[in-house]
Amino acid sequence: MAETNGNPTTPTNGDGTGGNGAGNGNGKSRIATLIEGSKEVRAKAAEEIKALKQPEKTDVWKSILRVKHDETPRSRALGVLSNVFLHLHPAKINRDAVAYKYTWGMGGMTFYVYITLVFTGTLLMFYYHPSKIVAFRDILYLEHDVPFGKLLRNMHRWGAHLMVIMVELHMFRVFLTGSYKKPREFNWVVGVILLVLTLLLSFTGYLLPDDQLGFWAVTVGTNMARATPLLGHDGPFGAQLGMTPFNDVRFGLLGGSIVDANALLRAYIWHCVAIPIIASTFMVVHFWRVRKDGGISGPAPVMLESEIKDVRKI
Amino acid sequence: MANTTAEPPAAPPEQPKPGLLQAIKTILSKPEDADDSKVSARRRRFVMAAVLGTLGVNFLMFLRFFFPRTLFEPKTTFRIGYPSDFGFGVDTKFQNAHRIWVVRNTEGIFVISAVCTHLGCTPDWKASENKFKCPCHGSGYDPEGINFEGPAPRPMDRAHVELDPEGQIVVDLSKLYRWPKGERSQFGDPGAILRV
Repeated sequence: MAETNGNPTTPTNGDGTGGNGAGNGNGKSRIATLIEGSKEVRAKAAEEIKALKQPEKTDVWKSILRVKHDETPRSRALGVLSNVFLHLHPAKINRDAVAYKYTWGMGGMTFYVYITLVFTGTLLMFYYHPSKIVAFRDILYLEHDVPFGKLLRNMHRWGAHLMVIMVELHMFRVFLTGSYKKPREFNWVVGVILLVLTLLLSFTGYLLPDDQLGFWAVTVGTNMARATPLLGHDGPFGAQLGMTPFNDVRFGLLGGSIVDANALLRAYIWHCVAIPIIASTFMVVHFWRVRKDGGISGPAPVMLESEIKDVRKI
Repeated sequence: MANTTAEPPAAPPEQPKPGLLQAIKTILSKPEDADDSKVSARRRRFVMAAVLGTLGVNFLMFLRFFFPRTLFEPKTTFRIGYPSDFGFGVDTKFQNAHRIWVVRNTEGIFVISAVCTHLGCTPDWKASENKFKCPCHGSGYDPEGINFEGPAPRPMDRAHVELDPEGQIVVDLSKLYRWPKGERSQFGDPGAILRV
């Protein structure tokens, strides 16, 4: 870097004199300014070289990191607070909030699996067409030809199963530890919504391979919607409200009266765009609320022996 | 604004009818009486109502958007040939094309819609066991589509059948005959069976 920075100064100098020789009268002053300019450039280059040795003093460094990162508790807290990816986390947590025997870490792991699913799902979207003619062919293509296609598809599939299991285990833990109680009732409800959204993601993803299993599963699932009270044509009060197979809630889900091309496209859009956005929004609220309700619920605060002694001394 | 434009017409009726003038004056004086906070509160309410109203209408439009007017689905009316084409028992040759079975018994020919009455899968015709068996949840039906095992709540629906002038059987899947549990069977209704 030092050399490349230094070199251009001499050629410009040479060019300048050459240009002057070809030009007219006021050459001297021009040469003078050019020399001065080149000096300035050189000085700047020298500064930059110095800065490279101490990158933390450059403007670029400061604009990205903004706070000092030394080993003091304060700057570590600032490091979390001033980072967009970490700011949802508390800057500091209680010692007992990482009591895995108590929390199982299920919420965090669920989120991790969700991130994995978003990533692998996005990659699968590069090869998948939500069309009745090619959907299943694309699955075979992914399975048998696309490099790592089988791996990605299986990561997505197993991840989806895992996410449902983890969400349920998370809910089970929260129930067992009574963590749904005041002041966390609101967050429990948000969590229940997230459970429903997770199941909906699973369900809409089921149809996408367009295989026999998915097709009949969605046939069965949407036929249950026929029996929706008021909104389904086979449900209580449905017929009285004028519901038919062509205007009820099942029709709205499928975009038709049978599981066909419209249903596949709708499942795809709900699965890949709409529900992930809705679920992500609820997740943000969910995590935020964990903090606002006093952090992850845990057992009675743990105290180190040294701390206990200190208290007794007083 | 309202005051400046409204004041000139208020001047002429000054001579003949003082009562009217007073009325106009009171009407015009209203906004002057109301203090600014009330006016702005009313304005805020109006703007809020307009915004919410627009969003509400947009939401209804959003919902309506999911219910298309035109569908591109298989025809529900089709011809399946002459009555003499079908012998006694269950004929499954139209299962793939039209999702129906044609059945002839001693009474005549009728067409079963191949949809399980439980949750809508297509049962399989098990010739060796002489029954329809649904692979999804195990509902079983006899050769006439009457349920006898599994979760199915009623016999499978039958489609409307009639003969066209040529003598071919015309099936209409949009007109179904049902026999809901505990209710009158529609299977004997005209159009449910061809007595040939």
